[in-house]
Amino acid sequence: MSAEPDGPEDRLRRFATIWSRALYPVTATSLTRPEFESQLLPLARQLRQDLAERVFRAADCDAVGAALVATHCTEPEALSRTLDVVDAYLVLYCGEETEPDEAGRAGGVGEREELRARCSRIQHAVAAGFARALRERTRAEQEAISRAALEARGTVAEALHASEARFRAVFHGAAIGIGIANLEGTVLEVNDALIRMFGGLEHQLRGRNVAEWTHPDDSPHVWKLYEELVRGDREHYRVEKAFYRPDGTVLWTNLTVSLLRDADGVPQYQLALMEDTTERRLLNLRLRYEATHDALTGLPNRTLFFERLEKALAAGESARFGLCYLDLDGFKTVNDSLGHAAGDRLLVEVADRLQSCATAPGEMVARLGGDEFVALTTGPDTEHEVDELAGRIMHALSTPIRVEGRELTVRGSIGIVEGPAAERGAAEVLRSADITMYRAKHAGGNRYELADPEADARAITRHGLTTALPVALERGEFFIEYQPLVHLGDGSVRGAEALVRWLHPQHGVISPDRFIPLAEHTGLIVPLGRWVLEESVRQARTWEAVTGADQAGLPLRVNVNLSPCQLTHPGLVSDTVEILERAGLAPGALCLEVTESALIGADDDLLKPLRRLAEMGVDIALDDFGTGYSNLANLRRLPVSVLKLDRAFTQGMQHFPADPIDLKIVEGIVSLAHSLDLAVTVEGVETGAQADQLRELGCDTAQGWYYARPGPPDRLHELALADAT
Amino acid sequence: MERPDWAPPGIDITVPSVARMYDHYLGGSHNFEVDREAARKAMEFMPGLPKIMQANRAFMRRAVRFSVDEGITQFLDIGSGIPTFGNVHEVARRAHEGARVVYVDHDPVAVAHSRAVLEGNDQAAAAYADLRKPRDILGSSEVKALLDLDRPVALLLVAILHFVEDAYDPYAAVAELRDALAPGSLIAVTHASYEGIPVPQEQADGTVGVYRDIRTPLIMRSRLEIARFFEGYDMVEPGLVPMPHWRADTELAEEDPWSFSGFAGVGRKR
Repeated sequence: MSAEPDGPEDRLRRFATIWSRALYPVTATSLTRPEFESQLLPLARQLRQDLAERVFRAADCDAVGAALVATHCTEPEALSRTLDVVDAYLVLYCGEETEPDEAGRAGGVGEREELRARCSRIQHAVAAGFARALRERTRAEQEAISRAALEARGTVAEALHASEARFRAVFHGAAIGIGIANLEGTVLEVNDALIRMFGGLEHQLRGRNVAEWTHPDDSPHVWKLYEELVRGDREHYRVEKAFYRPDGTVLWTNLTVSLLRDADGVPQYQLALMEDTTERRLLNLRLRYEATHDALTGLPNRTLFFERLEKALAAGESARFGLCYLDLDGFKTVNDSLGHAAGDRLLVEVADRLQSCATAPGEMVARLGGDEFVALTTGPDTEHEVDELAGRIMHALSTPIRVEGRELTVRGSIGIVEGPAAERGAAEVLRSADITMYRAKHAGGNRYELADPEADARAITRHGLTTALPVALERGEFFIEYQPLVHLGDGSVRGAEALVRWLHPQHGVISPDRFIPLAEHTGLIVPLGRWVLEESVRQARTWEAVTGADQAGLPLRVNVNLSPCQLTHPGLVSDTVEILERAGLAPGALCLEVTESALIGADDDLLKPLRRLAEMGVDIALDDFGTGYSNLANLRRLPVSVLKLDRAFTQGMQHFPADPIDLKIVEGIVSLAHSLDLAVTVEGVETGAQADQLRELGCDTAQGWYYARPGPPDRLHELALADAT
Repeated sequence: MERPDWAPPGIDITVPSVARMYDHYLGGSHNFEVDREAARKAMEFMPGLPKIMQANRAFMRRAVRFSVDEGITQFLDIGSGIPTFGNVHEVARRAHEGARVVYVDHDPVAVAHSRAVLEGNDQAAAAYADLRKPRDILGSSEVKALLDLDRPVALLLVAILHFVEDAYDPYAAVAELRDALAPGSLIAVTHASYEGIPVPQEQADGTVGVYRDIRTPLIMRSRLEIARFFEGYDMVEPGLVPMPHWRADTELAEEDPWSFSGFAGVGRKR
């Protein structure tokens, strides 16, 4: 819309511009100033019209004041500025183009005064309209914001109520026990789960004091933590704690206690969360019981016993302990003859009786397995107590036990170890007790023996060697030494006896008299003997290869000992043949030595393999001849070709003059042997005098320290060469 | 002791509310004496606070129009407070008949008032949620009903981010909102700063102290710190500038010196 310069429209606009410039700084409108001006323009037009009206219409001016408020001119300053602008510029810009009066005069003095009067009325009306509108708007807005505040508070209250209801539902429905107490410890609130945990009676919890719930199993720090929390020094803590229920039973819990503070951080309440762990704990106890007790007898088992023993041994310098190790005598017979069920019933009864023997504090009985039981005492005077304990056990076993209608007499052997706690480990103590028990058993059983370090040491070695034997063979811990056999006629080396040795990794070289009986006992003698035979035959073949060419058709022979076990072993003949063949050694270069005692009372079956070997050309020597009850008449039945005279006969000839009786006996034996076409070898020749005597008596071959000690195979080779020169 | 998070602000009308103080600065009467008293105290140090608020409103108006010009007709106004006049839905509706607006505030009174004002309007709604929990905003029934997040939205964060302390990580909240918006969406931010205030910082600190006392700390951030809110957005010309400089449609000479306090900017999501 264009406006004629300085025309009425242009002047109106200029008025609006002045007005907007005056108002804009005091409005809060988000409009730009020109936009704001465009909002004032219709109001200015209204004012111009009101100024021109002869009849003043207050309502129109009133509306202008209200419109100002509607354009967010709510500051009183806006009204003041508006009135100033109207006062100064309305008549000036909008008052000239008035209608001519009745007299046709325009712009007279009366007219101007009339305009000023109207302008003044306009200002009053605008001010009134502004004030009224502002009051209305303020009231409306105050009402609106109050309603909003109320509504919001209602919504929030509702939300809080819902939240509280949810909280209460959680509180009461929780599976975990929840309780709230004040800082004095008085219980204010408990949930259903907590009530159930304590046996279902709310009144027995609410109002009670937390401090009443002590339990003997409380660790000291439980109450220390509690004190710290209620003092405000600790925000929360978590412990495992037991409670007595009103009925006296025990409730175990995982307990978490937290400190609740108010909005200003001042401690107000304590919140306890409890998880019932009673069942879990019982289950753990049961599992633990099962893991530490013997299912058959219900006695503590090896695991628990070791725990207790270790604890007893760790009890300190001054503490002592006593241990009884019981093994039933002849239990295997019961098992074998009456069956395992009967054996088990016997064990259960024995267990019951043992249990009744160890009832004092510090005493316990356990089953280690099979028919082995132990009783431990850790009382103040174990030296005396363990003795009494063993006595009670022996006594308890003395009454026969009735199993399947039979009265079984049960006896046992007990090994006792007693001593200061701090000296030995559990395993060592138990081994000592075990060994001592065996000692009691070997002494005939039905007795108890006290551990003795020396006996232990012996037994330990014997025990140790037995268990180490099989491994020793695999590991090649055995080796062979050869002791030369010398022809008494010309002093030449004719061969050697193979003597097996054991180079034990801890005990060093062990002589055969210590381990051969063990090997025989365990049956290991068969593979060991076979190994010795193989080695010796191979060695003989080696000698043959080295020296054979130089000797006048007389190969070095090798003598190998056969144990009684090997004699009865069905593979003896075939093994020997195979070994000889494999080595390529003539059977005549091998002599098997058999002890006289092994052949006493031998029947034809036993002799058959020896006969076969003899027929093949293998020499058989009767070792240790003269030590047993030699059945001379039997000699001719035996397939032997050599008698080895025991060293007992030669000992009397070590010094000159020799014992004449010995001389007579040896002479007789040699004569007898020769008449049976048997050669005679003597052992244990240690002096030249002995050698001379034996030669005179007609002995054929000799061995002993006088010639050479047993040694490595190459030494023999050297001897043989020396002899030849 | 900090007021616990779960206690809604503004409900205790004995405690000043920033939403009602804002209304007072803008000449409204949606406020109580406590609010006016706090506002008067704040104005002792920064008498031009009403002019800053006015500049905020004016910027928002321009930003809304700009958004509509850019073809965006969905608006998410977080920290909307108590709308006295020149509200987003009015400005937007004037620019585009089908514009949809969701107002968000964590002041229950402001939300209750907005709902009263918007009653019967099916193109605008107010949600009660907290900027610090963007998931609550995005998951609100109002957003779900009115906004199609697969299409660009104009996110308005006018005079709100300076009320979120770093401890609540406003950057993460803004990033989470950004990630929920479609490419092409706009973000419009204004933020208080010591930069541009026509009084010494020591004096402005008096105002900061007033807000701290009413437990709604005012966090003054530098231009650089404010720029970080636009991560993932391309700045729209003229960038991050004092409010009157942003696409001004009037003579800068007419602007009050206080209106140059703080910064405003609009970004477009890549």
